Amino acid sequence: MSDLLRLEGVSKRFGEFVAVNDVTLFIPAGRLTAIIGPNGAGKTTIINLATGAFAPDAGIIRFKGDPVTHLSTHDRVRRGLSRSFQIMNIFPRLTVLQNVLLPVLCRRGRTGVALTPVEGEREAVAEVERILGEIGLLDQRDAPAGALSHGDQRLLELGIAIAPGPELCFLDEPSAGLTPVERATVLELIRKLFAERRTTFVIVEHDMDVVFSLSDWIVVMNRGRVLAEGPPAEIRENREVREVYLGEELTA
Amino acid sequence: MGVRPSRRLAVFLAVLVASLFLFPLVARSYSLYLAMQILILSVFSLGFNLLFGYAGLLSFGQAGFFAVGAYGCAKILLAVPNLFLGLVGGIVAAGIVAFLLGILCVRHTRIYFSMLTLAFGMMIFSIALKWRDFTGGDDGLVGIPRAPLEIPGLLTISVANLEQYYYVVLVVSLLSVLGMYRLVHSPLGLTLQAIRDSESRAEFAGVPVRNYRLVAFTIAGLYAGVAGALLAPLENTITPPIAHWSASAEPVMATLLGGIHVFGGPIVGAFLFFMIKDIIVRFTQYWLIWLGAIVVILVMGFRGGVLSILVERLMPWRPTRPMVTRRKA
Repeated sequence: MSDLLRLEGVSKRFGEFVAVNDVTLFIPAGRLTAIIGPNGAGKTTIINLATGAFAPDAGIIRFKGDPVTHLSTHDRVRRGLSRSFQIMNIFPRLTVLQNVLLPVLCRRGRTGVALTPVEGEREAVAEVERILGEIGLLDQRDAPAGALSHGDQRLLELGIAIAPGPELCFLDEPSAGLTPVERATVLELIRKLFAERRTTFVIVEHDMDVVFSLSDWIVVMNRGRVLAEGPPAEIRENREVREVYLGEELTA
Repeated sequence: MGVRPSRRLAVFLAVLVASLFLFPLVARSYSLYLAMQILILSVFSLGFNLLFGYAGLLSFGQAGFFAVGAYGCAKILLAVPNLFLGLVGGIVAAGIVAFLLGILCVRHTRIYFSMLTLAFGMMIFSIALKWRDFTGGDDGLVGIPRAPLEIPGLLTISVANLEQYYYVVLVVSLLSVLGMYRLVHSPLGLTLQAIRDSESRAEFAGVPVRNYRLVAFTIAGLYAGVAGALLAPLENTITPPIAHWSASAEPVMATLLGGIHVFGGPIVGAFLFFMIKDIIVRFTQYWLIWLGAIVVILVMGFRGGVLSILVERLMPWRPTRPMVTRRKA
């Protein structure tokens, strides 16, 4: 099975509201997938279900062939599944270096080391410095993360997401609130990481330029269901999709 | 060229430790007693602040574990006159109780966590008060001996008088401070701070958050146990009020006074706590009102506590607070 992640008949409801309704979705390795859809379509819920923030009410989730439906989040991270957040979620009081160091220490099984200084974790620190170089934050390594600009915090968020060395990484609106210049930087970075690390990314985005320029495959969601999926060219031509979602932006 | 600041700090600490060792040469017994109380509260507060300042969990029940340490040590000393066994027994007992109650407490955070710790603390207080056969009820345990410190085959030290016992308290406290210092600067310390900053982010970085909270809770309980165990032979008498929730407020006050985001904050705070108390008590028996007022002023006016302000003044290049604080979504 070459599918990295499989959601099979997955549903999630919050009270009366059905956030995700019987969704079946396969994410193969090495394909940059984008999930789009109007607000409330269930995109972020899909991420939360896949990464273990919520348990689904029905359905099975498999990662690399193994069922992970009821595994905790940290167990899934260890198996190679990570994410970034739509609303900025970093460690504001820690330094930039420490922010990325945590997932690296975690992957190396070093977070329980209690009596030797954290600076002594040289291999981990070296790895973090490489990641900071990749995301362009190396010169701010000792700044408190909370003091970074919004754009740099977005980059840091990305750095924390890739630091566990995931095989599959969800990016929840990686370009939200960025200036066009910063957005270009983030896009370029995602492309580069995809090419160099062979990490499979799944991005959830509102920005159609980002979606169509970046992804190999687009999944359109509406009201908790998958409306259509296919390569960008096909989705662009899909009548139903244009009606519910893309209409204004593409016919304008 | 001046002396490097880290060296200045090292010199200051060396002088401080040396004067603590020489203190009994000049001090009268009241000052010695006060110094021991400060050391004990320092250890107690350092443990509390591992939970509060580092892991972001505000416990109102630490006095319960303090009491387990004190009663545990007292019971052992009343049965077997060996201070080493008493201290170790009291500390281990506090650690076990903290671990078991922690399993329940760390399932919650914020106010729910605080309420749970308050409730468990009061349960321990009730046990101390009501289980007469074991704890002596409201009479407490009396006649706790300052038995010799005896490690079989290694050493036997008499600690009967106050000066001798002072050295026990001092050495155990310094070791505890050192241990905590290493802990908060270790990968484990970083992990706890990350959990404090963002629980969900830590979980998504691969950290089993609850397990780490339990580790912090247990260590805080152990430190409360160390403090409690040291108190029993000092006072010779242990009564239930040490387990009362109002006693849990002492490490909270001390830590807020000194500063929650600086390592030495709880130690400076413990010193200030007893100094303020000692001075105010001479003028009025309502010293708690004045102490409360001072804490209010500090919390509102100097948010980081006394030591943070000092550190920011003396070492402006080492911010103790980030310039931007962000609320968790």
